[in-house]
Amino acid sequence: IRRCFSSQTTIDNYEVCIVGAGPAGFYTAHALLKSNDKIKVHFIEKLPVPYGLVRFGVAPDHPEVKNVIDQFAEIARSDRVTFSGNISLGQDVTLTDLRARYSAVVLSYGAEDDRQLQIPGEDYNGVYSARSFVGWYNGLPEHQHLEPNLNCSTAVVLGQGNVAVDIARILLSPIDLLAKTDITEQALQTISESSIERVLLVGRRGPIEAAFTIKEFREMTKLPGCNTIVNEQDMEFSEEELEYVNGRRPLKRLTELLRKTAADKTQVREGKHWELLFRESPTKVYDSVANPGVVAGVTLQHNELVGDVGARWAQPVVDNKWCDSESLNIECGAVFRSIGYKGVAATDESPFDDRKGVLRNKDGRVEGQEGVYCSGWIKTGPTGVIATTMGSAFETARAILHDLKSDLLKPVADIKPIDFGPQIVSWNDWEAIEKQEKQIGQSRGKPAEKVTSIKTMLEIAHNNTAP
Amino acid sequence: RNFVTTPTSNDKVKVTFVSADDERIECMGHIGDTLLDVAIDNNIDLEGACGGTLACSTCHLYIDEASFEKLDAPEEEEEDMLDLAFDLRDTSRLGCQIRLSKALDGIECGVPNETADAR
Ligand SMILES: Cc1cc2nc3c(=O)[nH]c(=O)nc-3n(C[C@H](O)[C@H](O)[C@H](O)COP(=O)(O)OP(=O)(O)OC[C@H]3O[C@@H](n4cnc5c(N)ncnc54)[C@H](O)[C@@H]3O)c2cc1C
Ligand code: FES
Repeated sequence: IRRCFSSQTTIDNYEVCIVGAGPAGFYTAHALLKSNDKIKVHFIEKLPVPYGLVRFGVAPDHPEVKNVIDQFAEIARSDRVTFSGNISLGQDVTLTDLRARYSAVVLSYGAEDDRQLQIPGEDYNGVYSARSFVGWYNGLPEHQHLEPNLNCSTAVVLGQGNVAVDIARILLSPIDLLAKTDITEQALQTISESSIERVLLVGRRGPIEAAFTIKEFREMTKLPGCNTIVNEQDMEFSEEELEYVNGRRPLKRLTELLRKTAADKTQVREGKHWELLFRESPTKVYDSVANPGVVAGVTLQHNELVGDVGARWAQPVVDNKWCDSESLNIECGAVFRSIGYKGVAATDESPFDDRKGVLRNKDGRVEGQEGVYCSGWIKTGPTGVIATTMGSAFETARAILHDLKSDLLKPVADIKPIDFGPQIVSWNDWEAIEKQEKQIGQSRGKPAEKVTSIKTMLEIAHNNTAP
Repeated sequence: RNFVTTPTSNDKVKVTFVSADDERIECMGHIGDTLLDVAIDNNIDLEGACGGTLACSTCHLYIDEASFEKLDAPEEEEEDMLDLAFDLRDTSRLGCQIRLSKALDGIECGVPNETADAR
């Protein structure tokens, strides 16, 4: 643990503070450092550990996706980069402070909340947000006390994006496959005792609107010991739908695979299986008399799709005779709400669009705040893959480099260090944490055993004496 | 992926990268190397976020038509990843999946503008 803000700066150096050390922060840094050698970068990260959702979102059984970390670590080790973990914008430091001390500030603090359904029963025991469940199995400290109940045969996932598929896969994967990943020991234990055999993925609209990608779906169709159920009647398309699908290569390939899976008679509702339910909206989560406040099932209401293909919305199908909507009760013991992450403002110092959950910005320039930029999910909203985030980060970096050339950014003369005290976790401290994680992991036959408490992370950092 | 070559001067072929704003960069690549390897060795603005493991699509390239015809058809996994690439075109391929051979001498690779919105 040591002090952070360096003071050896000469007049035409620029120091950029990047808030949030996820992919957006790292890719912005990468583009800045590569394009202009007078720029230095200072990361401020809320957690004692870096990498954001690459560490705490990306599924443990997808280690290839996490290879990107190698490049991020190389950036962080550059002598033009400083990392200060365990410092949170809004809590430990204000944006005003940062603006006064740096040539530019990049806000890349991701989407720290999740979307709610706003239906009765959503707060019952047994309803988990995707964010907390994913955080739990990936070792995010704030979700280690989740204790999900997997002692039931059916789980319902509300949502049909890649995160929903991740959850289904983690629930249904053979345990010996998971044991070889960096999933936490606690999660591995709980999942090994799980009795979930059937996972339903519920979407408000149809297969054309499903947000998961083909790679993730195909992987599910190949999951050992697990059947994939797609209903054939869901795959009957109108002329208009067909034309739409055929004009879009990714969608065309995905629907072809869905159709092939639907036609495959070996895929049966037996043993472990998962099923896609289309055109259904949850209207409530219900409990039972025996166990009030604990999930007993979900009520779904059947939808029809209205509007032009590509921009359709779901509308309840109403039974004319009773003026009642068609509904279906599904008994289940666990419900995962996976309808999206949501950005929240870290401070009230920047213009924020609460509805979209993004900082108001143009091409990465935060509206009305000279020298303040944004990048990644807090700029674009919580969609897309790391490659998308990279594109957005490069755009922001271009805006910064452009403004720097136009003399809109002030070079730094003498930075007055902010005294954060001994709480800072340096890059070197993080490497000590990582080293321990790998050592313990190795002894258990997995790539790493993540440290899951902030307290332990800080202890390792505190005891770190490496130079 | 386990291809090993001992580089000598005559097992190199010419590779040209063309940036989104039409800047041409000519380089020599070792036979057996992937286009991503050549790009990295020559500081081309091309990422290989997943390290060539077909998990990211950041190594997306547009191949000139003549060379494209000479390539083996992409595997299903590459096609799946290409579906996620920015501004996909008929001659799109993933740079980490294409290994240089004598036949590819003179290959031209367009680098997409990765900030063009993906989907
Ligand atoms: C469950 C899940 C699985 C995914 N799987 C994949 C996948 O397999 N492949 C893929 O390509 N993409 C995947 N993605 C998408 C990918 O993770 C995102 O595109 C990317 O992480 C967004 O980057 P970001 O930097 O904007 O946000 P984040 O990764 O969230 O990083 C934000 C960082 O800011 C920090 N922070 C937050 N608040 C503050 C504050 N006040 N002060 C300081 N720091 C702060 C956070 O701790 C975090 O480190 C997945 C996403 C999720 C949610
Ligand atoms: S480097 Fe990731 S797919 Fe090629």
